Amino acid sequence: MEQRKSPVRGSAAGQLSFPNSDSRSAPHNPQRPARFHLSGPPYLLSSFSGFSPAPVQPASLLPCFFSSLEGISPKTISNIGGLHQMLSLHQHIFAAVPRDSIIALPEHDSTNKYGASFQTPGGRLLIKPAEYVELVSSMKPDFWVTLADEVPAWVSDKRNRTSVDRTLRWLDDCLSLNKTGTTIFGSIVGGSSIEERHRCAQEVAQRNVSGYWIGGFGLGESMDERAALLTAVTDNLPEDMPRHVSGLGLPEEVLQGVAAGIDLFDSTYVYHLTLGGFALTFPLERNKGDNADYQLSDSGGDDMKINLKATIYRKDTSPIVESCNCFTCQNHTKAYLNHLFNVHEMLAQTLLEIHNTHQYLGFFCSIRKAIEEGKFEQFRRNFVESRRECLFAAASSD
Amino acid sequence: MALKFEVLGRFNRARAAQLTLPHYLCQTPLFMPVGTQGTIKGLTKNQLEEIGCQIILGNTYHLALRPTSELIDELGGLHKFMNWPRALLTDSGGFQMVSLLHLADITEKGVTFQSPVDGKPMLLTPEESIQIQNRIGADIIMALDDVVRTTITGPRIEEAMYRTLRWIDRCIAGIYVSEVWLNVICLGIYAIGGLAGGEDKDSFWRVVAQCTAALPEDKPRYVMGVGYPLDIVVCSALGADMYDCVYPTRTARFGTALVPEGVLKLKHQAMANDIRPIDPMCECMVCKNYTRAYIHCLVTKDAMGSQLLSYHNLYYMMKLSRDLHSSIVEGRFPEFVCKFLQTMFPKGDVPEWVCNAMEVAGIDISSCCREMRFDVDKSSTL
Repeated sequence: MEQRKSPVRGSAAGQLSFPNSDSRSAPHNPQRPARFHLSGPPYLLSSFSGFSPAPVQPASLLPCFFSSLEGISPKTISNIGGLHQMLSLHQHIFAAVPRDSIIALPEHDSTNKYGASFQTPGGRLLIKPAEYVELVSSMKPDFWVTLADEVPAWVSDKRNRTSVDRTLRWLDDCLSLNKTGTTIFGSIVGGSSIEERHRCAQEVAQRNVSGYWIGGFGLGESMDERAALLTAVTDNLPEDMPRHVSGLGLPEEVLQGVAAGIDLFDSTYVYHLTLGGFALTFPLERNKGDNADYQLSDSGGDDMKINLKATIYRKDTSPIVESCNCFTCQNHTKAYLNHLFNVHEMLAQTLLEIHNTHQYLGFFCSIRKAIEEGKFEQFRRNFVESRRECLFAAASSD
Repeated sequence: MALKFEVLGRFNRARAAQLTLPHYLCQTPLFMPVGTQGTIKGLTKNQLEEIGCQIILGNTYHLALRPTSELIDELGGLHKFMNWPRALLTDSGGFQMVSLLHLADITEKGVTFQSPVDGKPMLLTPEESIQIQNRIGADIIMALDDVVRTTITGPRIEEAMYRTLRWIDRCIAGIYVSEVWLNVICLGIYAIGGLAGGEDKDSFWRVVAQCTAALPEDKPRYVMGVGYPLDIVVCSALGADMYDCVYPTRTARFGTALVPEGVLKLKHQAMANDIRPIDPMCECMVCKNYTRAYIHCLVTKDAMGSQLLSYHNLYYMMKLSRDLHSSIVEGRFPEFVCKFLQTMFPKGDVPEWVCNAMEVAGIDISSCCREMRFDVDKSSTL
């Protein structure tokens, strides 16, 4: 793999491009950089795109990493040629992020001045900046995020301040250890303190990085608090550099992030939905007042998703979503998926993940389109309000 | 629709043929993967087509349980339900009942067993088995046989044989679609014997040889529950045409890949740093894209590990089927067999039962063996 020499350009032209890979062009809003979506944990992507018979829209990837790659050493990854080679996903962009919401959760109690601690299936792991940089260099991602001390919303002020200090120190460590000139995103933390968020963002903005990763979200804060915290960060960041957040997955959370100026998202939303047997059905071209066909809350669904395990789908020979172009909807019925889930067949997960990812990426497409047409705020309002209406209708029909 | 079976090439007892079924034109010898519950574990229909699967086997017992044969029928049959455009074969349900359930009784009426749902006694008759299979709608369905264990000896076997023949007549009376195949007693016995150890292989090949010699030439011979690539090569040499087995997909889930040399255990520590593909000569998607090291780290932790191995293993089996067919048609079957054995037994330690079977099949494998053995009792085989 070649060295990444030029920085990422999140320019007003609305492109996020990386050397040696296809550029991702997208409609843009002059006030904001382009929006892209990064898909969830490694095996979320690997479990579908390695197998997706119909190509899903190019998405990128990949939170970490160390524990999911238990059983394979950095040296071997290097020998294979890095992540792109190993996973055979040459068209995709890979991001290395020190958090995997499924299998490598930040363990703030055990993190210390030497390194960040993670809870993984193989036990607790302490990663120091030097080890982290070495691991990342063997993977050769398109860009990577500096090691961060992420803390949940409820920690003490003192602990929160420490997390900012450490994260900044590790950022500098990672920058100085980075010999290969790869593309780096600086990590910004600060928990649920507006002041600390300001401070961290201002400090990171002064460093020589190519983009920003905003951590510490999706770890217990409420949506209401989050809006102010996000803006506290993005207000301090240069307009023309991409901003990436991990852990915001619900459509409303994504919309909130976009409104605050976030460009890249990764989360386990699709993974968890799929695990539960839920299929995304949100109408992407939604008009207020359209589509009053609300699902009963009995089956656990709502107007955005259905529970394919529910018995009402036993004989349903329609695809999950009529107009959906994904492999699953083009080839299979709800009845078949219902059967596969009920007999616990692996294929159920594979097919559903293809569909859910396709839908979710389509959602991001709609967001980009709305921005391009200058209608984002309206899009967001419509979306959130029709969700509220649906829940209200479902609740009052009981 | 009448089944068409046309032999295109031969070498002694071995045949390569074309089998025309309602949904697909198949080439034999062929291997059928087992899609127990209406799916091959974790693989999509596109992948199965890519690999070259011609016929998939569905288990009547499991499908009748969930989602039920009535539902499948209502939704247009199993092909439509799974969206599998090629051929399907269902078994009679008898095997599962013997192997999975407490066998209450076999009488002339049928097989009585305990329902897995509520424990009440249930009766599966030959007619009912056909009805269920008709609803499922496969291209080929199987007659219910009076299933016995290989360990039994004596008059029970003869009783079972005659009863099966009477049941076959009842089955044939009950069909209205598809081809019904006779589950001839010797093959039925083998299906129970399954994947036994080496010492049973001697009986195994002799039974297959006797059956293929006795059965009509113009109809396909299906050996159920076979199996290992070596067994398939031997049985094809002896004149069998079709095989099914869970082995390739099941062994994939245990981290084992099929390779020309035998097997490769991806769980072994030695694989952790091995950046070669499973089989450098294999053209499948898995070998073209992934390393042993990567699969090693997936194998115990991620479903994708077993999906990748299932894909590769089935590709291997389909390729074996294609190679058997084309080598017979092109008149180079003995060369193919020798090369196969040389690759699998580079030291020349070809098992005795294989040597004996090849002797009867009329294939000279002396170039593969360290020493030839001539202790075949020719009077016991035809």
